[in-house]
Amino acid sequence: MVAQNIAFGILAAIMVVGALRVVSTNNIVHAALWLVTVLAGGAGQFLLLGQEFVAWVQVIVYIGAVIVLFLFAIMLTHAPMHPTGKLNNDMRLWSVVPAVLLAATLAWVLIAEWGNDKIHLLRPVRTAEVGTVVFRAYLVPFEVVGVLLLGALIGAVVLARKD
Amino acid sequence: MSHALAFDIWGGWATTLAIKTVIVMALIPLAALILGYTFLLKMMSHMQSRLGPMDPGGFHGWFQLVGDGIKFIQKEDIVPAGADARVFKMAPAVVVLSTFLMFVVLPAGPRIKVVNLDVGIFYALAVSSLSVIGVLMAGWASSNKYALLGALRAAAQLIAYELPLVLAVVGVVVQAGTMSLQGIVVAQQTHGIFGWTGLGSPFILTQFVGFALFMVAAQAELTQPPFDMPVAESELVAGYMVEYTGFRFLFFFIGEFGTAFVYAGLAATLFLGGWSIPHVTGGAADVLGPIVLFVKIMIVAFLMFWARFTYPRLREDQLQALAWKWLIPIALINILVTGALKVAF
Repeated sequence: MVAQNIAFGILAAIMVVGALRVVSTNNIVHAALWLVTVLAGGAGQFLLLGQEFVAWVQVIVYIGAVIVLFLFAIMLTHAPMHPTGKLNNDMRLWSVVPAVLLAATLAWVLIAEWGNDKIHLLRPVRTAEVGTVVFRAYLVPFEVVGVLLLGALIGAVVLARKD
Repeated sequence: MSHALAFDIWGGWATTLAIKTVIVMALIPLAALILGYTFLLKMMSHMQSRLGPMDPGGFHGWFQLVGDGIKFIQKEDIVPAGADARVFKMAPAVVVLSTFLMFVVLPAGPRIKVVNLDVGIFYALAVSSLSVIGVLMAGWASSNKYALLGALRAAAQLIAYELPLVLAVVGVVVQAGTMSLQGIVVAQQTHGIFGWTGLGSPFILTQFVGFALFMVAAQAELTQPPFDMPVAESELVAGYMVEYTGFRFLFFFIGEFGTAFVYAGLAATLFLGGWSIPHVTGGAADVLGPIVLFVKIMIVAFLMFWARFTYPRLREDQLQALAWKWLIPIALINILVTGALKVAF
């Protein structure tokens, strides 16, 4: 268990530094690239929890698609090599309020629900088990999410089409 | 006692990891050399009624690419004045990292493997998407309009063709009942065709649609002609690679051909039975496996490069229409039919 805790500490440190750089860098492309570090660290944490499938979903969806779309949109519109001004504005002090509120809510929920639980993991969780859980216990929510995403997709196409 | 034991386990694990890493890192340039020499230099030349390199190394110019590699390493490492130096230097490494991570799950025998992941093929496709980040980094950091345009074309293309690539594999996964590449190979070795197990059951027979989709999508993921819009030399000079020279350009070259080798390996493993020979198991399979796999990879690579040297480049709208209007719907129908047949039989 010691090795897992050390690995968790290293990954967590990398993620915190990356997250701070995302909001503190003045170059918007660098911000997106620092976000890759944070998300890769998240995938690493999932691996430490034995959740191989979730970890690689994180890589293919967030790093392989979402970040690429971010970079794509930034580069299509405005991606200065050498930014002239700072990206910060006067609202940055106020942003502390929702950030603290969100962190407090998440911490409260996690501690109240799983405060004293320990994870006893003998082997990685097999993908087949994940599939069984999703398609047995959570079939209805899974289908509802699917329909919701399809609706969002069609909505986006309808809004974006000019004719 | 227990401390010594713990150290032994740690030492053994670390040594194994180090040896495996070195072997894979040596295999990638070797694979790139073999594909580059056999197909890019010799096959393309003969298809165009010329000889290609004949002198270096004595026998049919086999040393040409090694010499090219030595030349690239000696060249000056140039970073353009306006470039974002750190991102510019990191980009080729990201592309090669993606190739390296894909190599790791390819099995060459029952015991000749780096690691057999339960998520096998899904992992391979997930890490293959990392190369897009490297391409976008290279294109943007070069501070060059051609490079940026090439990178944007590459990103649009790689995202569009990742979907049919993943969906084409689903049919195989449904049939084999596992995502582990080792499991998929064993399934093809042990299953039979309507009870006849003489040939095993290579999935190319039952999943031919999946195989065709996989090959087209892989060709596009590799940005090879007819899908080479991102590096179209007559429009964009060399796309995202235009500012690179020396060993960083060599990294892109190794990444391109190394990844072609891995995709050929994945196709051979998923659809042609990988290292397996019907009814050969145990130690013999470990000896013959790598050879069988290599032969199958060369056959698949031959198909890929045959298309590469034959067809002209697609236009951007044709490229996107092919992915979204043809490949993805066909892949979805393929999954539906495979699933229905799996339930029925």
